[in-house]
Amino acid sequence: MAKSADKAANLIEVRGLTKVFGTLTACDHVDLSIREGEIHALLGENGAGKSTLVKMLFGSLEPTSGELFWKGKPVRIGSPSVARSLGIGMVFQHFSLFEALTAAENIALSLHDGATLDEIASRSRELSKTYGLPLDPDSLVGDLSVGERQRIEITRCLLQEPDLIILDEPTSVLTPQEADKLFETLERLRSEGKSILYISHRLEEVKRLCDRATVMRHGKVVGHCDPRKETAASLARMMVGTDVVTAESTPIELGGAPELLAICGLSRKPAGPFSMPLKNIWLSVRTGEVLGIAGVAGNGQGEFFEAVSGEALQESADAVRIRGKSVGRVGISARRRMGAAFVPEERLGHGAAPRMKLSENLLLSRHDTDRNAFVALGGFVKSGAIQSATQRIIEAMDVRKSAPDPEAAALSGGNLQKFIIGRELDRQPAVMVVNQPTWGVDAGAAARIRQALISLARAGSAVLVISQDLDELFEISDAIAVMHNGELSKPIPRGEATYEKIGLLMGGAEPGHAAPHHPEVA
Amino acid sequence: MDITVNILLTIATAATPLLIAAIGELVVERSGVLNLGVEGMMIMGAVCGFGAAYLTGSPWIGVLAAIIAGALFSLLFAFMTLTLATNQVATGLSLTILGLGLSGMIGTNFVGLPGVRLPNLYIPGLSDIPVVGKLLFGQDPLFYVSIALVIAVSWFLFKTRKGLMLRSIGDSHSSAHALGIPVIAYRYLAVMFGGACAGLAGAHLSLVYTPQWVENMTAGRGWIALALVVFASWRPMRVLAGAYIFGAVWIGQLHAQAFGIPVPSQFLSALPYLATIVVLVLISRNKRLTMMNTPASLGQPFVPDR
Repeated sequence: MAKSADKAANLIEVRGLTKVFGTLTACDHVDLSIREGEIHALLGENGAGKSTLVKMLFGSLEPTSGELFWKGKPVRIGSPSVARSLGIGMVFQHFSLFEALTAAENIALSLHDGATLDEIASRSRELSKTYGLPLDPDSLVGDLSVGERQRIEITRCLLQEPDLIILDEPTSVLTPQEADKLFETLERLRSEGKSILYISHRLEEVKRLCDRATVMRHGKVVGHCDPRKETAASLARMMVGTDVVTAESTPIELGGAPELLAICGLSRKPAGPFSMPLKNIWLSVRTGEVLGIAGVAGNGQGEFFEAVSGEALQESADAVRIRGKSVGRVGISARRRMGAAFVPEERLGHGAAPRMKLSENLLLSRHDTDRNAFVALGGFVKSGAIQSATQRIIEAMDVRKSAPDPEAAALSGGNLQKFIIGRELDRQPAVMVVNQPTWGVDAGAAARIRQALISLARAGSAVLVISQDLDELFEISDAIAVMHNGELSKPIPRGEATYEKIGLLMGGAEPGHAAPHHPEVA
Repeated sequence: MDITVNILLTIATAATPLLIAAIGELVVERSGVLNLGVEGMMIMGAVCGFGAAYLTGSPWIGVLAAIIAGALFSLLFAFMTLTLATNQVATGLSLTILGLGLSGMIGTNFVGLPGVRLPNLYIPGLSDIPVVGKLLFGQDPLFYVSIALVIAVSWFLFKTRKGLMLRSIGDSHSSAHALGIPVIAYRYLAVMFGGACAGLAGAHLSLVYTPQWVENMTAGRGWIALALVVFASWRPMRVLAGAYIFGAVWIGQLHAQAFGIPVPSQFLSALPYLATIVVLVLISRNKRLTMMNTPASLGQPFVPDR
């Protein structure tokens, strides 16, 4: 760090910052310095302590110990309003916008200069134009896409004229093209002398955009580097601590392989005021195939998953067919009995009951499909059989846990996700539908889950994966379809798919392409 | 002509307590708190208002006492639900039950006593104009207060910065907290405003509507006020309209009984509640409208994590 003394001054410097939650040390003596006019990357896996660190910088968490220096002077940032008055602005990962208020009202809430709503609306319109972030101040946030919401967040942050802007995983909700636009905005801000702390686990972006990087693992800083001089692999090694394994998928010739899951002209009215209608979706997944569905969050993926899994029934029985049988009018248990398995996006509260043990969670999802194995005469539970099945899954998926049969909520996200996926794989389902299989999961667990999905398909099942993570889809899918605005594009075979092609579809650039007219498949 | 004016006047008198209680509860619910104790706070206002007016001889001191009683009673609710983060529904219900019991006990010696009536407004000249004079310039003072409250609340919620902050807390208290808005403090003030309004509505019953003390004299008006807030989809001007519709139903029921319409009187007494149910069913069909105006964090306790 001494070599940097002649360069720009430090805007903010953090020394020995520590945050302890009960027995967990989320941040352990973290050192970090950000210079004026640089884009500084904060890299790390989920659970590495990035969010905790940033919350302390922004005043929404109080550090247990450590020092903060702002422009060379020691400061205590006790609340977000203190951070804002110093000149620190933040764009959150999980948006902190109010859905029932308009964009201008949302912006007004974080400004404290007594401007009227009309002034704020015109100022934000002007500013958003300057930075290429088009925005209608009178629109209701609940009606906006995630990309548009992020623009409001950024505009709101910029109107406070901060010196340091913190962005928490800003591109996780954007298409590749939207991300490019964001990078232009950020580069422009840097040229104006502002500093940016850029939090991400996407290495290519960091290499392209950032001047310096700080890497965190298990709550500690494990290194500082110049990302432009590193390779993606070397950055990944710093983040994970070991070499990163990627799932291996060999191309497969499907030919006339039988179709196991078919979606035929599925449409759905919006279920709530802010949810997406589904429009005439056609899809077919054959034995041996992994089909990926890409798309920006909130384009109907959740609604589609509910329709396929049977959480929401269809008007026509033919809209969903599993192994040739029409199941559109039957519920989730009936669909499971036909050999299908479903893993929803939300692990806690949807995929698993948080305060129940793993064995109980196993019984909850399989009491009907494996009645003979788990339920004795008279409705009594065969606890021995359930225990041994739980152990089998834990071993097969390498679930790490602190107790023999812990509550679901006691597991880390990655381990719980391995258990939930393993619980379905254990049945050898003929059809597997997974929504966001590795969201918020560490790299090791993600690789294991991806490999398991590929193996299941190659063993003769049909696997449908809905994911926002394009890298993941390119790693495991044999073909990728894109969901946009409740419509699904034709699947593009893996060999022909590029990031650019998929990205354009994600942005809705080719609406014609996204409305295929399949002939009725017999 | 006189009959029409009189009917309109009685409708206004029936609507005013509903309106005052409902506009107060609207502010409470816009801040994300559901206080089901309106009935209890109202009856506390009624008994304390009556008592203070009887003992001092001044109806205005009665009004003041009712406001203070309602606000203090709601403070109990605020402490439990906001500071101790208890369940709002259960706490609100027990507040109503407590209020009904406590008011009966306080009012034991007031039963049958002659009340003090808050005098109607009288402006020489203006109040004597036929028809409109009585309607516009000759009503009880709380009628004017109720209209002023609606306008003030509407202006506060939608035109001021503090009103915007209150609405944002109702929409998402955790986001509001992240922005540095003092969620708990705002909710305390909102709940106490609601309590003061409920107390004032109670004073209207025991000092204007029927100037005497009768146990349970609120007769379910607190519940109607709660339903009114939902009926109005949390919009002040719609509360005004709703209060007058409900007031008209209430009066229509009385007149129908007086004219001897061959309908069981119990059915007519049940009419306002029936209307509430019908309206609730009707408006819940428009999900979008309801969701847009419904404070999303309504009824959820807020515990900031540090």
